[in-house]
Amino acid sequence: MVLVLAIGDLHIPHRAADLPPKFKSMLVPGKIQHIICTGNLCIKEVHDYLKSLCPDLHITRGEYDEDSRYPETKTLTIGQFKLGICHGHQVIPWGDLDSLAMLQRQLDVDILITGHTHQFKAYKHEGGVVINPGSATGAYSSFTYDVNPSFVLMDIDGLRVVVYVYELIDGEVKVDKIDFKKTATTRSSH
Amino acid sequence: MIADGVEDEEKWLAAGIAGLQQNAFYMHRALDSNNLRDALKYSAQMLSELRTSKLSPHKYYELYMRAFDELRKLELFFKEETRRGCSIIDLYELVQHAGNILPRLYLLCTVGSVYIKSKEAPAKDVLKDLVEMCRGIQHPVRGLFLRSYLSQVSRDKLPDIGSEYEGDADTVMDAVEFVLQNFTEMNKLWVRMQHQGPAREKEKREKGRSELRDLVGKNLHVLSQIEGVDLDMYKDTVLPRVLEQVVNCKDELAQFYLMDCIIQVFPDEYHLQTLEVLLGACPQLQPSVDIKTVLSRLMERLSNYAASSAEVLPEFLQVEAFSKLNNVIGKVIEAQVDMPIFGAVTLYSSLLTFTLHVHPDRLDYADQVLGACVKKLSSKGKLEDSRATKQIVALLSAPLEKYNDVVTALKLSNYHHVMEYLDNETNKIMATVIIQSIMKNNTRISTADKVEALFELITGLIKDLDGNHEEVDEDDFKEEQNSVARLIQMLHNDDPVEMYKIICTVRRQFMTGGPKRLPFTIPPLVFSSLKLVRRLQGQDEGQDENPFGDESLTTPKKIFQLLNQTIEVLSTVPAPELALQLYLQCAEAANDSDLEPVAYEFFTQAYILYEEEVSDSKAQVTALHLIIGTLRRMHVFGIENRDTLTHKATGYSAKLLKKPDQCRAVYSCAHLFWVDDQDNMKDGERVLICLKRALRIANAAQQMSNATRGSTGSVTLFVEILSKYLYFFEKGNPQVTAAAIQSLIELINTEMQSDSSTPDPAADAFFASTLRYIQFQKQKGGAIGERYEAIKM
Repeated sequence: MVLVLAIGDLHIPHRAADLPPKFKSMLVPGKIQHIICTGNLCIKEVHDYLKSLCPDLHITRGEYDEDSRYPETKTLTIGQFKLGICHGHQVIPWGDLDSLAMLQRQLDVDILITGHTHQFKAYKHEGGVVINPGSATGAYSSFTYDVNPSFVLMDIDGLRVVVYVYELIDGEVKVDKIDFKKTATTRSSH
Repeated sequence: MIADGVEDEEKWLAAGIAGLQQNAFYMHRALDSNNLRDALKYSAQMLSELRTSKLSPHKYYELYMRAFDELRKLELFFKEETRRGCSIIDLYELVQHAGNILPRLYLLCTVGSVYIKSKEAPAKDVLKDLVEMCRGIQHPVRGLFLRSYLSQVSRDKLPDIGSEYEGDADTVMDAVEFVLQNFTEMNKLWVRMQHQGPAREKEKREKGRSELRDLVGKNLHVLSQIEGVDLDMYKDTVLPRVLEQVVNCKDELAQFYLMDCIIQVFPDEYHLQTLEVLLGACPQLQPSVDIKTVLSRLMERLSNYAASSAEVLPEFLQVEAFSKLNNVIGKVIEAQVDMPIFGAVTLYSSLLTFTLHVHPDRLDYADQVLGACVKKLSSKGKLEDSRATKQIVALLSAPLEKYNDVVTALKLSNYHHVMEYLDNETNKIMATVIIQSIMKNNTRISTADKVEALFELITGLIKDLDGNHEEVDEDDFKEEQNSVARLIQMLHNDDPVEMYKIICTVRRQFMTGGPKRLPFTIPPLVFSSLKLVRRLQGQDEGQDENPFGDESLTTPKKIFQLLNQTIEVLSTVPAPELALQLYLQCAEAANDSDLEPVAYEFFTQAYILYEEEVSDSKAQVTALHLIIGTLRRMHVFGIENRDTLTHKATGYSAKLLKKPDQCRAVYSCAHLFWVDDQDNMKDGERVLICLKRALRIANAAQQMSNATRGSTGSVTLFVEILSKYLYFFEKGNPQVTAAAIQSLIELINTEMQSDSSTPDPAADAFFASTLRYIQFQKQKGGAIGERYEAIKM
């Protein structure tokens, strides 16, 4: 059981002061093995905070990020899964699942984690899974009027990943879960 | 020299103890054989060891304790003797025959104890006699210990109310009188120690005095334990007499210790009721006495007393505690001209804490304290003393902690005046403390006035203060400005009119910040404004936009005007990329508000920045992504405007420096001509033109690579373009044909197999999975499957 936190679009301090207290109390160091961050933190303090939760931190660049050295895309392997990260403002049209699927094929990953729209999404297509953890602070987005703070926790176990999405709706944390299984034949060993 | 002294003292002490023990031994023998004469003889000899002048108080105490223990046995013996028929009065007389006065008096006190117990004479008479006789010892150390002995043996024999020693002749008054007299004499002896001996040994003497202070203080403790000493007696007799001695002795050490002792030993209730008298003594003390500590402790005790139960609070009001304390502090500060500024501030700080605890609802009191502090500070100017600045920070933090609500602190009119006296560094620290308090308590600042007041307090962070030309550490500066940015999220009012006022106030303040601060402060302001625009959209759909409409209405249009002017200022930094991003955000918001000209204006501004200011290649790519992405989402534009903007965007795309970037930007532009939810926005031809252009660029890139490196680059770009072909093919763009797709697939295959190609496993995998995707779609069935059927692989 490997826990991977997918989180992003916090937009601190431009659009939000901090993570919601209920989220902060849930995210404690030592529980998570990897953190995948889609970008738009935006400042070093947030980077340091995430690092304190888990030293294995992977970030891609959002357009408002203070640190311009974050990469545009990143790939990594966790267990049997290949994961790819990209903030998403580079993929036009924004939030378009077909275009994101193309990026996924290009990066050759099972799971693509992307952000920018501040809307949680978990979408399965022929080539794999696209996950958008939304905005962890519920930051203003030109995309949608209705932003609830959200983040995603993935439990990777063998060929199976369980995606837990945590959303703060009307002051209460609601949890939902989605199961994905990777078929051994989808990814060939080239 | 000193080491020798200590060694010598040890020797003398050892000798003294030896002597004492030897005589005690013989005394015990005498006691066992009921030999009164010998008992007296040897006890007197034993007590002679206490006549020494050679021991420091600390060592003398060791000797004294042993003597004390022995005297207990003697006392028991005396008691036995009286039961055996010996007259106590005779005994009392007999012991006075001892040769030296000190042993004589110790014995007398011991007999006196038995005498009082026998009740053959009124306690008060015996006590009076003893306390006067002790006058015979004027040597400070010996006298103090002797009187301490007297105090110890008489402790349980005082004619207190309800004690067995109370009688017609004996009253509590007598007990009090006795203790007071003993106390007075002991204090005199103690003070005298200060002036004995050479000046160079002053420190040693003071240390010695310090060791003895509890002997003196014990008397006050005894007084506090006497049942009969009620508030009236304390007020009428005890306190005035004690204070008289404290003031008159004119000794710094004694005064400080005893004042503190009084405060600690007697009940808080008494202090409240005698506040005037107690405080009245303060200005009369020696100027060198650390009166601020004494007063601070008093105020602390009273604060705790107030906190202990709500019932006592009216008492505070009744005795006008606050004004009395306030007055005395003023007097003390006036009297002690040499008091360093940090002392004065500490006093005010303690008083403020007291006020916050005792009168939490009286903001005017708190403000008074701050005002008095300001007055004192005004004579000094900006503070240099770091202790003083620390105290001021403590002073200013107290209301924040107490009220957990900055808004209350804002009501204290003198608050920001105090801050003016801080040096710039500390001013910023205090500002940060204030912001942290707001963030921690999640305080919302909800009116423009309060925001204005708040910004006055944190002005050190908002702009450069006068004379502030020091280099600020970059990281610190960033942290400060980011905390200001966070603060903006706390300024909120549900009423849009008030919210708009708040935004204007903040904007005005930020404009004074200078180019270094704007990149931090403008973004949160912009987003705050955009959130307000959204709320206004929600509120009244039919906004009154007619020319004779109410000018003062807060409308989205007005806010967009403000935004335009605000983002403009970023050019002074300069921060073109940030400004461009913000313009695009505003354009989208204008789009949602159906304000075409406003949206167009924002796009124009963004484009101008792109053309004139964004020169870094990487920045251009990002900027273009944002432009194309935003433009695609716009539905408010009419055909002309849209065409102009689209045309420009495609132009920029083709002119990016690197060919791969060009290619990608151009095929992204294809999406500008095909928007799913708008039927009039499906221009298949223009889409194809873009895709073909992208293809040409990709080809050119390959040729360039061949020419310069001797091998063609990877086929990734082609696969990306293929994916785009598939995208539009699926959407039903008639211009994108299956044939075109087939030939593109062939092209890629050819490129991959050519000799001059660079092997690229990633591109291969990409191509393979794209082909797999086509297969998958073919097998889907339905309309999609049919369409894909046309593609022959």
